[in-house]
Amino acid sequence: MSDFETVAATENQAARRGVSGEPGAPNQVGVPQKPRSLAGHAWRDLRGSPIFWISLALVVLVAAMAVVPSLFTANNPRDCVLSRQHAGPSGGAFFGYDFQGCDTYSRAVYGARASLLVGALSALLTGIIALVVGMLAGYFGRWVDAVLSRVIDIVLGIPLLLAAIVLLKRVSSSSDNVRLFAVIFVLAVLGWTTAARVVRSSVITAKEQDYVAAARMLGAGNSRIMWRHILPNALAPAIVVLTIALGSFIAAEATLSFLGIGLKAPTISWGIDIDSGRVHMRESATPLVVPSAFLALTVLAFIMLGDAIRDAFDPKLR
Amino acid sequence: MTAPASPAKVRGETILAVDNLVKHFPISTGVLFQRRVGAVKAVDGVSFELRRGETLGVVGESGCGKSTLARMLMRLETPTSGRATLEGRDLFRASGSELRRLRRNMQMVMQDPYTSLNPRMTVGDIIGEPFDIHPDAAPKGSKSKRVQELLDVVGLNPEHINRYPHQFSGGQRQRIGIARALALRPEIIVCDEPVSALDVSIQAQVINLLEQLQDEFGLSYIFIAHDLSVVRHICDRVAVMYLGKIVEIGTEDEIYERATHPYTQALLSAVPVPDPDARTDRTIIRLTGDVPSPADPPSGCRFRTRCWKAQEVCAREEPHAVPRAADPHPSACHFAELRPTTH
Amino acid sequence: MTHSAVRPTPASPTPPGGHLLEVRDLHVEFRTGEGVAKVINGVSYHLDAGETLAVLGESGSGKSVTAQAIMGILDTPPAHVRSGQILYQGRDLLKQSEEQRRQVRGKEIAMIFQDALSALNPVFPVGWQIGETLRQREGMSRADARARSVELMDLVGIPAAAKRLGDYPHQFSGGMRQRVMIAMALALNPKVLIADEPTTALDVTVQAQIMDLLTGLRRELDMAMILITHDLGVVAGVADRIAVMYAGRIVEHADVRSLYRAPAHPYTKGLLESIPRLDMRGQALSTIKGLPPNLMRIPSGCPFHPRCPYVQQVCVDVVPHDLVLGDGRTSACHFAQEVHDDSAR
Repeated sequence: MSDFETVAATENQAARRGVSGEPGAPNQVGVPQKPRSLAGHAWRDLRGSPIFWISLALVVLVAAMAVVPSLFTANNPRDCVLSRQHAGPSGGAFFGYDFQGCDTYSRAVYGARASLLVGALSALLTGIIALVVGMLAGYFGRWVDAVLSRVIDIVLGIPLLLAAIVLLKRVSSSSDNVRLFAVIFVLAVLGWTTAARVVRSSVITAKEQDYVAAARMLGAGNSRIMWRHILPNALAPAIVVLTIALGSFIAAEATLSFLGIGLKAPTISWGIDIDSGRVHMRESATPLVVPSAFLALTVLAFIMLGDAIRDAFDPKLR
Repeated sequence: MTAPASPAKVRGETILAVDNLVKHFPISTGVLFQRRVGAVKAVDGVSFELRRGETLGVVGESGCGKSTLARMLMRLETPTSGRATLEGRDLFRASGSELRRLRRNMQMVMQDPYTSLNPRMTVGDIIGEPFDIHPDAAPKGSKSKRVQELLDVVGLNPEHINRYPHQFSGGQRQRIGIARALALRPEIIVCDEPVSALDVSIQAQVINLLEQLQDEFGLSYIFIAHDLSVVRHICDRVAVMYLGKIVEIGTEDEIYERATHPYTQALLSAVPVPDPDARTDRTIIRLTGDVPSPADPPSGCRFRTRCWKAQEVCAREEPHAVPRAADPHPSACHFAELRPTTH
Repeated sequence: MTHSAVRPTPASPTPPGGHLLEVRDLHVEFRTGEGVAKVINGVSYHLDAGETLAVLGESGSGKSVTAQAIMGILDTPPAHVRSGQILYQGRDLLKQSEEQRRQVRGKEIAMIFQDALSALNPVFPVGWQIGETLRQREGMSRADARARSVELMDLVGIPAAAKRLGDYPHQFSGGMRQRVMIAMALALNPKVLIADEPTTALDVTVQAQIMDLLTGLRRELDMAMILITHDLGVVAGVADRIAVMYAGRIVEHADVRSLYRAPAHPYTKGLLESIPRLDMRGQALSTIKGLPPNLMRIPSGCPFHPRCPYVQQVCVDVVPHDLVLGDGRTSACHFAQEVHDDSAR
C-alpha cells in the first residue's frame, strides 16, 4: 500500500483531476470567492429585508435605553413632585407628568432596563433548559424521550399566569434584585417548553441526516455527534423561537408587575406604570398610554426580528 | 502502478467474511403496549466473502435489502442474527476501542452527495474529522497536510479547504465524501450507490476515480448499485439480491454472460442498452406483477410468484445458492439453466 | 464578438399542413434574486403525428423547462418567456389566453412526470382522480366516468382495475402508480403525450414494463410522444428522433440510428463514450472534463467550449449555428463534420 505522500507527489495529479479544480454551480471558473457559510447566506438575505432593519433598529433603541437611559432623558424618573401631578409637557418631560408627579417619559425610558433584563435573562435561561431537554429527548429517543416529553406536556399544561402568581406570592423578600431574579426564574421555568419542543424536533430531523450516519461510521461518540453535528443544525430554529419568546417574556413581566406580583416599586417597570396609569385613567390618559406604547413597540420589535431571522434561515427558501 | 503489497497482506486473501446475516425489522401495533405482529425481513440470510483488492458488486432492485446490508456492515444497524468476520475479528461483537479500530478499516461512501456532508462544516473540517476522532491516525500537527493531500488525491483543489459543501457541485461533493472515507486508510470501502445521484457525464469521472484509488491504495470495494452497466464496468464479482437473499453470485463474466437464475436473466434483459439496433436482437424477458412484500415473502423460493419457470417444488422447498449443473457458480434456483443472453 | 443565427431544424420533411407541434426559437429566462439564468436559448424542434421524439439532456440542460413551456405550467415569475413560438396545429400557444391554453392542456397535449407520488393527490382514490378529469372536462356523468376510468386502468395494465378504483395512491407500488398517472394523462385522448423522465425513479424491471407500455400505447392510440430523459439506453429503445440539449440549446438533432452510430457533436460523442455499457467490459471510461455551466454565466461562443476536446478559438468567439449534415441531421458545432467523421471510424 503506497503512502499518500508519495502518491500526491506524482505527476498524474493533473490527469486525475477530471474537474478543473474550481467549485461548480454558484461561481464560475476563475472567480475567487470568499467562503460563505450558511450563516453568511442568511446574513445576506437579512440585509435586504426592511422588516429586519426596522425591528433591529427598535431593538437597539430599546437596548440603548436600558443601558444608558441618561442618553435619552435628562430628568430623574424618581424625582416626583406632587405639585406637578398630571401636569402637561415641559422641559424634557415630553409627555407630561403622572399621578405622583413623576416624568412619564423618563419613567418609560428607565423602565426599559427592567423589561429587557427580564426578557433577555429569561430567554437565556429558557434557552439553556430547552436545549438540554430537547437534545436529550430528541437524540436518545425511546424511554428518555417518552419521559421528557411527558414532562414537557405537564409543564405546558400549567397555566403560566396562575403558576407565576402562586410561585411569586411566596417570594416575600422586598429586595429589588431578589424579586427580579425570582421573576426571571419563574418565567424561564414555566416557559421553556415550546422552545424545547422545537429543539427536540429539529434534533430528531438532524439525527436522521446522512452526515450524522457518516460521523457515526467514522467512530464518533454520542457527545461528539451531539455537539458538532446536531447542535449547530438545531440552533437556528431555537434562536428564532427564543427571539420571539423574548418579546413575550417582556409582555409577561409587564403583566405580572401590572398584577402586582412581579416587580414592585421602587423598581421602575412598564407594568407597574401601566397599572397606576390605569387607576388614574380618567384624570389623564397619557401616563397609561406612554408605557403601553413602549411595551407594545418593544414586544413587536422582538417578534418581527424573530420572524425576519426565521425567514432568512429557512433552508427551503435557499 | 501498484505499490508492492506489504508482506502480511496477500492479494486475494479473504478480508471480510459474512455468514448468514439476518435483519428483521419488527412490526408492532398497539398504542400503550406494543405487540409484535410480524417482521419486515429486510435481509434474510446473506453470506459472502470479500477478498483483498477485489470489487464485489451487490445489485438488486428496491426492497432487496442491499442498503440494509450496507448499514449492518457499517454497524448502523444491529443484525438479528449472523456473523461477520473482519481481520479475523467478530465485527458485531466488537465494542469500545476494538470497534473503533475496526471502523478505521472499513468505511463508506454514501449515495446522496447533498445530504452526506454537514452543511455547516468546511470541507477541511469534514475531511479532518476522522483525524479528530482517531488522533493516532495522523501524527501531531500533520492533520492539515493530510487533509490537503486527500483533497488532491481525489482531484480537488487543496486550496479550497475552507469552503463549504454548498459551494461545490454534486460530483465534487461526492469526491469530498470519498476523501473522507479514505482518510483513515481503510482496507475496505462500502460504496452505497455512489454515482446514482450524479449526472451521466459526471458519473464516469467518479467511477474512474474510484478505480484509480483502488489500484493505488489496494482497496477492496463492496459496490452496491442498481445500475447493472456501472456494476459490470467496475466489479470483479457480483452478487444479485432479491427480497433479502442472494440469489446468484459469481464473477462478472459468469453473471453477465452465463447467468443461470431467472431473476438475474430478467434483470439483465430489462437493462436498456444504448444501441438502437439492439432493439430487435435481444431476448426480452418481462416480469409481471409486483415485488412481494418483505413482511410476507412467498414460501419456498421467493421469486416464484413472478417466475416463468415456477413449479410445485419451488413453493415447497427453498433453493439455496449453491453451484448448479448449468454453470458452477452459486445460483438459488431449482431449475437454473443458461439462457442465450445476447446483449 | 458573438452572434447567433438560427435556422429551422429540418431533421424531417415538413408534412403538408405543417407539424403537429412545433417549438420555434424559444427563449426562456429565470429571474432570481441572484441574477438572471438563461435557461432556454433558442430551442427549436418539432413533432409529427405518430412519432417519438426524445429530448436528451442532463440536469440544467433545459429539457424539462421546454416541456413545461409547451404545457404552459411554468411558474411566471420567476420564469419569463422572452421570445419564440410554440405552434400546435399551426396556432401559437404563447399568444393564447389562459382559458384557451387550458383547452389544449390535457385534451390535446398531456404530460406525465417523474414522480407519480407527488403528481397524484394522496387524499383521493385514484378512480376518483381519473374520473374527475372526465367529469370536469368532458361533462361525463359519474357512472360513465367510472366506466371509462376502469377502461383506462385496464388499458395501462393495472390488474383487477375495477376493484382498485377505490384505492389510494400510496396503496400502489411505484410502477403501478406510474400507470395510474399515464391513465389520467390519456383520459381525454390527447394527440401528444409529453413524458418527463417517466422511469427515472423506477427499478429497472419496472422501467422496462413502463417503456413497453408507452410504446404500445403510442402505437395503439396513434399518439405522438416527446420523451424527456437523460438515459441514453432508454432512448435507444423507443425514439425515432433525438434532440440533444445542452445549456438551453439543442446541440444535435438526428434520427436515432445515425446519432448512435456516428454522433456529430462533441457533447453527444462524449456522452456516448462515457457511459458504461452492459454489453462491453470496459477499461477506464472516457470522460467529459469539467462541469455543466452556470446558467447565469453561460460561456461565450459555444457553451460547451470549456469542456470540448475539439475546441478552437472560433468556438470561444462565435456561437455555432446549426450545421446541416446529410439526411437532415443538424449539429451546432463548428467542426460537426470532423466530429462525425471521427465517430464513424
